[in-house]
Amino acid sequence: MSEKNLGSGSRLYSGDLINLDQGLISRDIFTAQGIYDDEMERIFARAWLFVGHESQVPEPGDYILSRMGEESVIFNRDRTGKLRVMLNNCRHRGMRVCRYDKGNSRKFMCPFHAWTYSDLGDLIAVPKMETGYHNELDRGEWGLIQARVTSYRGFVFACWDEATPDFETYLGDLRFYFDDYCELPDGSYDDWEAFGGIFKWKMPCNWKFGAENFGGDYYHNPSHASVDQVILSPAGTKGRHTYDDVTKKQEAWKLNIAITPEGHNARGQLFKDDYEYMPTYQEMAVVEDYFRECYAKRQERLGEKARWYGHGGTIFPNVSYSNGVQSMGTWHPSGPHQTETWRIFLAPKAAPDEVKNVLRHYVIRYQGPSGLTEQDDMENWGSSHTGARGTIARRYDFNYSMGQGYEQKGWPVEWLGGNVHATEDVSEQNQRAYYTRWAADMDQPPTSDRIAPRHATTTQAAVRAAE
Amino acid sequence: MNTPEENELLQSLLRRYEVEQFYNAEAEMLDSRRFDAWLDLLADDIRYWMPLASNQEAGNWAAEYSVEGKDLNWFDEGKFELEQRVKQIQTGLHWAEEPVSRTTHMFSNLQVDNGDDGTIRTSCRFLVYRNRTEVETDFYVGKRRDHLRRDPLRRDPLRQRSGGGLKIVRREVLLDQNVLLSKNLTTFF
Repeated sequence: MSEKNLGSGSRLYSGDLINLDQGLISRDIFTAQGIYDDEMERIFARAWLFVGHESQVPEPGDYILSRMGEESVIFNRDRTGKLRVMLNNCRHRGMRVCRYDKGNSRKFMCPFHAWTYSDLGDLIAVPKMETGYHNELDRGEWGLIQARVTSYRGFVFACWDEATPDFETYLGDLRFYFDDYCELPDGSYDDWEAFGGIFKWKMPCNWKFGAENFGGDYYHNPSHASVDQVILSPAGTKGRHTYDDVTKKQEAWKLNIAITPEGHNARGQLFKDDYEYMPTYQEMAVVEDYFRECYAKRQERLGEKARWYGHGGTIFPNVSYSNGVQSMGTWHPSGPHQTETWRIFLAPKAAPDEVKNVLRHYVIRYQGPSGLTEQDDMENWGSSHTGARGTIARRYDFNYSMGQGYEQKGWPVEWLGGNVHATEDVSEQNQRAYYTRWAADMDQPPTSDRIAPRHATTTQAAVRAAE
Repeated sequence: MNTPEENELLQSLLRRYEVEQFYNAEAEMLDSRRFDAWLDLLADDIRYWMPLASNQEAGNWAAEYSVEGKDLNWFDEGKFELEQRVKQIQTGLHWAEEPVSRTTHMFSNLQVDNGDDGTIRTSCRFLVYRNRTEVETDFYVGKRRDHLRRDPLRRDPLRQRSGGGLKIVRREVLLDQNVLLSKNLTTFF
């Protein structure tokens, strides 16, 4: 098995490798090293990437290690309370300046030659400054590389490229759906709080398999037949989801929402009428009371819009959000053939402990390597990946044609967004929107054409200057 | 006549032998996929916990493992959830375990003590080898700490009595991995 070193120069991405007029996508986009290298430059160096939730760094000085693409970053709240995302990479010889998954610190010292940076990213100490550098090193030029940072309702994203539009513009019409995700069960924007710890694990497949699956693959339900036969729902009933019981009794449209040209995806259901509260936690009075009260408040707050019940989606390129289990999952690329998946889970900060505990138990056994559902997803993705590598198999494109030509622009409910594509039940319109955006980015010149390596301090200086 | 010290030593050897036999039988059940028999080894009120391990600064090792009952953990559950996991494998449709893995459960460095609550406390190192489909191979290595309790309704195979056999009341599984190196945790530890 040898993948050609495809990539820039050999074929166009739009219309060729991604040939959606015919509903076809080349398997090479998942396996070719050259294409992967292009992704790092043309997508990951440009996009807004999820780095964490504010509640993971609540106090000044708090930090966690996060990732952007293949690279380690420090996500911290500095001594002034400002959120920062800095490349975890000494400017002198590139060693990691922070080696702990989390902590609280005002400085990060490189173990190699002891160049030391502050929590603001400034280079504050260089050994032998006088005898070695003859005081000629300008410390102000050699701080940690800093990314643009935005906190959207507590969810923190970062970006290496100044040319990328601000995050809200980047979200486009996904805003309604991501806002819905950010809402607490009571429809407010009060605080979420991440549970301690981050699921981190290796998957033997390309990073895009998870992204497109979470973005809109209602078609793959058969692979979860085993979960549907056991009890997973937090209600203690058969089924995977909290909403399974609700939808059994009340009519709803299950919708795939494609955001173009941004390439984001959402999934969810729209109840045909106001849906009634379904008692779900009868055996746990505190939990039942909490969700019943949340339901009433949400109805009151959102009115007609409470009919939308989001399931999840993918923000281009590599973060997937899931409602209900309230997770943010990042598909970190680790070479074309491996993904390092990170996943955090959140609960309403002010919820009673009983509620948090029910949610925590549910998410642990739903998603991730020990989750009954995602275990089967990963089996699918790993085998798809292997199936994209064969010399003969690679000649034959994957089929992404489902529902092609049947996408519905807009949905006859104005507030769902007139420009989105909304298609009922199963369709691959979401994947098509995602890969259309992917191809458009990949056909752009690499960011390195604009940002020469030695000028990499530009972003860092700009971030600091803007303060 | 043995001295009291010798009797105590014999008692502790007997206890250790009993625990070893218990773990050998348990591994045999798991590796021969007799999961229902394995579930019978678990007390109804079992706590089965496998935390996440994080990299922490020297002196802060108490924070190395995620907190049971509060943080995210690879497993933090009781018998009901473990039963659901077994049932899922038994559907024959759980594609992450269909065809089912070949596993070998090994343990060593066994230490056995009496707990002050009448349980037997054990500590060991484990190595679980898994191979599935053609070439998929995982090693899970770490520390395991159990609380075992005598159950009046479980047969004691050593003394050939109808009651007094051991059951697992608590199992802590400390996997020596930060980023989990396998794509799933579909086996039991």
